[in-house]
Amino acid sequence: MAEYEVVIGLEVHVQIKTRSKMFCSCANVFGAEPNTMVCPVCMGYPGVMPTPNHEAIRKTIMAGLMCDCDIPSYSKFDRKSYFYPDMPKNYQISQYDLPLCLRGRIHISGKGFSGEELPDKYIGLTRIHLEEDVAKLNHLGRTSGVDFNRAGVPLMECVSEPDMRSADEAYAYLTALKQIMQYGGISDCDMEKGQMRCDVNISLRPFGQKEFGTKIELKNLNSFRAVHRAVNYEIARQSELLDAGEKLRQETRGWNDDRGETYLMRTKEQAHDYRYFPEPDLMPITLDLKRVDEYRRQLPELPEAMRRRFVADYGLTPYDAQVLTMEKALAEYYDCGAKLTKSPKTLANWIISDLLCELSASGQTISACPVTPEHLAAMIDMIDAGAINNRIAKTVFAEMASSGKPPRQIVAEKGLAQVSDEGAVIPLVEQAIAANAPQVQQYREGNEKVVQYFVGQVMKLSRGKANPQLVIKLLKERLDG
Amino acid sequence: MSIEVKTLTVAEAAALLAAGKVTAAQLCRAYLDRVQTVDGSVKAFLKCDAERIMAAAEAADQRRAAGTPRSPYDGIPVGIKDCIVTAGETCSCASKILAPVVSPYDATVVARLKAAGFIPMGRLNMDEFAMGSSTENSAYQRTANPWDITRVPGGSSGGSAAAVAAGEVAVALGSDTGGSIRQPAAFCGVVGVKPTYGRVSRYGLVAFASSLDQIGPLAHTVEDAAIILDTIGGHDPRDCTSLPEPDCGGLAAAVAAARNGDLKGVKIGLPEEYFASESSAGVKAGVEAAIAVMKELGAEFVSVSLPHTKYAVATYYIIATAEASTNLARFDGIRYGARDQEAQDLTEVYFKTRGHGFGDEVKRRIILGTYVLSSGYYDAFYLRAQKVRTLIRRDFEAAFRQCDLLLTPVTPTTAFRFGEKKDPLQMYLADIYTIALNLSGNCGISIPAALEADSGMPVGIQLIGPALAEKQLFAVAARFEQARKEQVFTPAL
Ligand SMILES: [Zn+2]
Repeated sequence: MAEYEVVIGLEVHVQIKTRSKMFCSCANVFGAEPNTMVCPVCMGYPGVMPTPNHEAIRKTIMAGLMCDCDIPSYSKFDRKSYFYPDMPKNYQISQYDLPLCLRGRIHISGKGFSGEELPDKYIGLTRIHLEEDVAKLNHLGRTSGVDFNRAGVPLMECVSEPDMRSADEAYAYLTALKQIMQYGGISDCDMEKGQMRCDVNISLRPFGQKEFGTKIELKNLNSFRAVHRAVNYEIARQSELLDAGEKLRQETRGWNDDRGETYLMRTKEQAHDYRYFPEPDLMPITLDLKRVDEYRRQLPELPEAMRRRFVADYGLTPYDAQVLTMEKALAEYYDCGAKLTKSPKTLANWIISDLLCELSASGQTISACPVTPEHLAAMIDMIDAGAINNRIAKTVFAEMASSGKPPRQIVAEKGLAQVSDEGAVIPLVEQAIAANAPQVQQYREGNEKVVQYFVGQVMKLSRGKANPQLVIKLLKERLDG
Repeated sequence: MSIEVKTLTVAEAAALLAAGKVTAAQLCRAYLDRVQTVDGSVKAFLKCDAERIMAAAEAADQRRAAGTPRSPYDGIPVGIKDCIVTAGETCSCASKILAPVVSPYDATVVARLKAAGFIPMGRLNMDEFAMGSSTENSAYQRTANPWDITRVPGGSSGGSAAAVAAGEVAVALGSDTGGSIRQPAAFCGVVGVKPTYGRVSRYGLVAFASSLDQIGPLAHTVEDAAIILDTIGGHDPRDCTSLPEPDCGGLAAAVAAARNGDLKGVKIGLPEEYFASESSAGVKAGVEAAIAVMKELGAEFVSVSLPHTKYAVATYYIIATAEASTNLARFDGIRYGARDQEAQDLTEVYFKTRGHGFGDEVKRRIILGTYVLSSGYYDAFYLRAQKVRTLIRRDFEAAFRQCDLLLTPVTPTTAFRFGEKKDPLQMYLADIYTIALNLSGNCGISIPAALEADSGMPVGIQLIGPALAEKQLFAVAARFEQARKEQVFTPAL
């Protein structure tokens, strides 16, 4: 099998989180009874006219700014014509040649989905444009129903440059894009609710060849994992055809997730002529620099910047920083706690190893978690101060997770404070030595590891509360003496 | 008491209502009787729901009796062209395809009329989807010119013009995309206004060509047209092409103030290109007589040039059809439009519904519009047309640096006979004097000026003003109306 260079570009649709739809005042909500969130405008009744949603325009520009896009001072809407029952007007209000955002980029790095290291690189973003979502077709046995609740929901289309070279890179790009949208409050990007949908353009060419190979468009990809699988499937399929000397046709293929394969939807000859022209019912959008600067000032800190800050200020490893910035709420949780404790690195360990397990076990989200960052930071400081030891901390943490009480209260109520008073620990140490003569013999014969055995015995006698450092010191004094 | 409504104006009706000499119920009943009497031969109304109108009239009378009329016009009916939606009524655009669609909402203009107490009256005939110049393209009926029922009323607002001329209603709304108010007004001897683009909300007007369409009044007098435009004009947040803060009221007041003055200091331009030889002798004579009257009133006339006039018709038919091809795409038998029952699959639903539902002229324009927007042709047609449109707009701007208003004929001829213009291109060329204004966005008014000597048919003149210069336009029109030789334009019917 010959080796080919894989060229991937992505077109990602993202629904914008706004109160109302793009061109009418209907609520923008998911999951309502079919056709209850509708009005003459989003149903395309004869005579209606669109009124643009300025919040959606602002959020699109914010998204563009977060992706380093240029924001042109002049933009416009266009009509995209095609006949299909999901469009009541049979044209979609979209943007053709003058979109709101141009020439951006998205950074990818770290470990890829398959476990291999990704190249540290930027994926170019050709454009982001704003349009109205279409209605949803529900196939009901022999007939089909059209649910117009989704018709007119503000929708961004983010078009990448053909800069990705593997399924892992595509996966990483999607992850980064989703993070940006979530960080900016632009969209929740819940793919199950259709808030994020992506199409893939993929072609193969022999290494060293300048011209692109034949482009295949992949649709119906309902998860990032599906994108990853479909890309790898296509790489194998196209390689095989090219190896056999066949010429590929430009075509659109669907993805069957159950069968794990792509299938032909249509060839290029059946491609649409969308007959774009400027939407005469809407005024062009003019943006002065002042307004764009104002939006720029409203930008939140982005995951990449946050990761850099976590590494620099809190001493985290890049991997820890990556885990903690996966979701905005988690990153904010950590950031809040890290500012309160003297050991932010310890806090990170607790979050990654204990808190995330606890959340996935209980199915809770970070924002609904009973353990507040303030409490967790306080617990870390109690460990540092010797008020509790690590073992007791696990008990305290479990109690925090179930009751939501502050750690100090839990320690007081349950009598979990670490015992560092020699007078209280000496009798326990002596009890342990007296009860284990064979082990004392082993120690005196040179087996130093036996100390750990004695520590365990003393801890058991103290119900875990004795200060381990003190126990070791007292044990050694007596065993050596 | 019974009241003679044939020539009654809105202003006169308001005075009668205020004086208690007539009730809204009596007024509406009289109009409905008039419809009963003459509409069998005029055929202006597609529908006229007497019960609904009388119920509204009685409500208006109750408000007036309680001392809380919505305006001086509370209870006066207004005819509605069948492409402007009224909640709870069908809006067919005189097309078979739209017959079953009942509108769930009021057009902004209808809502504003209702808020002033005006009563929407009936659905007036038109060329299907406002495409035509004779109302012969209606899928339902042939509206006759009340002056001579063997002649067309003009179009596309032919039903509106004929209804007002025949005295079936005092005023009516029409829509003007390339002359569709002004041309039928001239053919039927009534006043018709195409307001500045953006002065009147288009929300609820079933769009033909969105960047050209404008709703306007047809009336017996300039004053009545002013009253209606005062009522329906002004910014509408539902139409973002409506102008943000136009100085929109006060036209009726401007008319009243101007009526008995003179025209000293008013400079009127005569565009050379509009006075070439295309016009008939009758039209020329009417226009010349009007110029003479205005000169007598002190107006000064200058010759101006609108050099890109010759491209207006071609430019118009590219832009209008392109926009129409998308505006009419929703009538496909899925949600809107009577679905063809024989269709077996989705493609057949589209083809059969649209193939059977649209008339020839509509299909012709959809095909033309689809073609000019097609990949590979867009630059040569649509883009170039938009550039020429800019040049046409600049022509007007340049002309208005030399004068206050322009005066032109409205149409090359008076109303022609049914079936006389069979070639679509010949029909398109009948719009040469009105079309450029829709491309430029300027305002224009068509006023009856004379009766053609041999035919006895009305001849109109067109006054054109700069954007949002309606006040001056109406003032000059009203002064002319007062001074013209022929005072009354009433068909014998
Ligand atoms: Zn809606």
